[in-house]
Amino acid sequence: MSNDIITIPIGPQHPFLKEPTKFDFDIRGEEVVGARINLGYNHRGMEKACEERNYYQCVYLLERICGICSHSHTTAFVQAVEALMGLEVPRRGLYIRTLVCELERLHSHLLWLGVAAHEVGFDTLFMLVWRDRELVMQLLEEISGNRVNYAINTIGGVRRDITEEQRKKTLESMTVLKKRLEYYAMIGTNEPTFVARIKGVGRLTKERALQMCVAGPFARASGVDMDVRRDDPHAAYGEVEFKVITSDLEDILGRVVVRVFEMVEACKIIEQLLEKLPEGDVALKKVLRKVPAGAVVSRYEAPRGEDVHYVRGNGTDKPERVKVRAPTLANLEAATESVIGSFVADIPIAIASIDPCFSCTDRMTVVLREPRRGTRVMGWEEIRRHGIEWYRRHKGIRF
Amino acid sequence: MEYLKIALYILVFPGFLFQSVFSTFLEWLDRKIYARMQNRRGPLYTGWNGLMQPVADIVKLMAKEDIVPAQADRFIFSLMPLVSLAAACTAGLYLPVWHLTRYNSFEGDLIVVAYLLAIPSFCLFLAGWFSVSPFSLIGATRVLTQVFAYEVPFFLALLTPAVLSGSWRIAEIAAFPWTSGAWWAIPLQLLAFAVALLSLQAKLERVPFDIPEAETEVVGGPLTEYSGKKLALFRLQKDILMLVGSALIAALFLGGFGGGLFLGALQLVLKTILVVALLSLVKAACARIRLDQIVTFSWRYLAPLSLIQFFIVLLVKGTGVI
Repeated sequence: MSNDIITIPIGPQHPFLKEPTKFDFDIRGEEVVGARINLGYNHRGMEKACEERNYYQCVYLLERICGICSHSHTTAFVQAVEALMGLEVPRRGLYIRTLVCELERLHSHLLWLGVAAHEVGFDTLFMLVWRDRELVMQLLEEISGNRVNYAINTIGGVRRDITEEQRKKTLESMTVLKKRLEYYAMIGTNEPTFVARIKGVGRLTKERALQMCVAGPFARASGVDMDVRRDDPHAAYGEVEFKVITSDLEDILGRVVVRVFEMVEACKIIEQLLEKLPEGDVALKKVLRKVPAGAVVSRYEAPRGEDVHYVRGNGTDKPERVKVRAPTLANLEAATESVIGSFVADIPIAIASIDPCFSCTDRMTVVLREPRRGTRVMGWEEIRRHGIEWYRRHKGIRF
Repeated sequence: MEYLKIALYILVFPGFLFQSVFSTFLEWLDRKIYARMQNRRGPLYTGWNGLMQPVADIVKLMAKEDIVPAQADRFIFSLMPLVSLAAACTAGLYLPVWHLTRYNSFEGDLIVVAYLLAIPSFCLFLAGWFSVSPFSLIGATRVLTQVFAYEVPFFLALLTPAVLSGSWRIAEIAAFPWTSGAWWAIPLQLLAFAVALLSLQAKLERVPFDIPEAETEVVGGPLTEYSGKKLALFRLQKDILMLVGSALIAALFLGGFGGGLFLGALQLVLKTILVVALLSLVKAACARIRLDQIVTFSWRYLAPLSLIQFFIVLLVKGTGVI
């Protein structure tokens, strides 16, 4: 019956993909029998670029890894550098950093809820959710000056203080948002057509989730109780109280539940942070440019899961190596696998249920050495020599 | 005079001209209501409150490059938009509005309209099937599967008023509540009205039944490879199908469009708008269901509901009240 199977390519361009990547799904009728993923359309060489820049420039570069969880990457990096230098960041700075973290989580989860609704054709929820996401975006703009890449982190604290006025406005918005979230929780778990599409779809059991090392809300929706914010508190998370939301549903409904209630928790965290906001500086006055030698692994609970940054310093003002493991990379394999056995119609929502961010994920390209097709792999030195030789021969330029 | 009237009927009202103008208006209305439900404003810039937006869309498509894929069957690929548009427009001629002759109103015209309204779905299937692209193929099979789901409940629902009035002529069925004096025949058939409405929603491939052209799953469905004029014709066909389908439901379940040319036209417009508004509300309140779910839904709920309604009508007929 193998001739009944047709392969549909999804990507690199497809309406359901917000960023380029490629999936190949083997389908028989409407059933998915095989799935493969092919990453690598977004490689931007950021890790290598970091090695050419000093630590301060790296903060801004790494902010641009992702357009949604930009603060996650800077925080993870900045924490690593601060640990390397042994800096004691002022508490007010940590609070503001955490505040932006949670606002970012809110806006990211709202964005996801809207996208998930859109994937199953529920555009009304999509529009309403994105309307309310605007509340959070405005707060972020008010606090940091930017809507997307907030640029609020710096080594040794944050770059902007928040005023009493901003504090009040944020608290007001949280009250509004909590009310709306209640409504979305009701819609997301009760609207019959929506629930019919997400219940029991894209199943990932707890055992499989642990085997595949998945992270974040995706793991928590499969009943894996882990959250870096609680297990390994960073920034000001040790000083606030919150629940880690888990669900035993193991399907997309579970992921909706986890994310919606995580947003409610985020609102509570924000309120606590703003109530307890300590006085003082937001950043250290003087930070050296040179960072001592050593290696640090920094963990951070990004909206999509655990974000890991590895930074190795060598005593100069430039990092020797920066390695980023975005949460999507941990989840993507499991999500692709969870599609098998479901219907074609479930592909978009099953993939989208991990909130994939491919530009975060693409970290390297693989070049196959195929001498017969004329490809070969060059080292850094070899490329340099080749370049000099090429320009000498073709352009007559002598270096 | 007689021939002039027939020509006017075919070309102007309720023929092609009226259909194309009013159907674009209905699309605008649908978009506006849908937008309001989503806290948006909808089309805004072309014409008064974006009234001309659907027309502008079609005109723009008309001006675009028209591409036929190399592997596609050129003949069928080009023919299908025309056939489906013609079928939808022809179905509109049987609406009992104004000048009823033996050509457009006869015993059994209900069946003709029901069949004409089924043609666009099959055209869509053929269009998708002969465009030979994975997405159109999946879309085409989805169209066909969906037809089996909604068509029977739709026919059963249309059958109810016919049985109640004892006629297969749309004009007689529409006038029945007034001629027989049994105005309560309209609320009596509420169940069939709801079934017909939902089946029409499925026929028009709108949320929650927009499975064949689910954008996030199969890109454009059967119309993935279509562009330019042919796509414009398909869009116009869809608008006209919405108009004719809604008007048919209005004629059968909401008391028709009696009262001469002007009163009839007014009733046609108002009642069709009512039906379209209901369709828009359904569209705004739902998520897209899956192909297996629409089949289950149709056969588990829609078909039994229409049978129950059928039974109620038979009981009422049996008591001899009507």
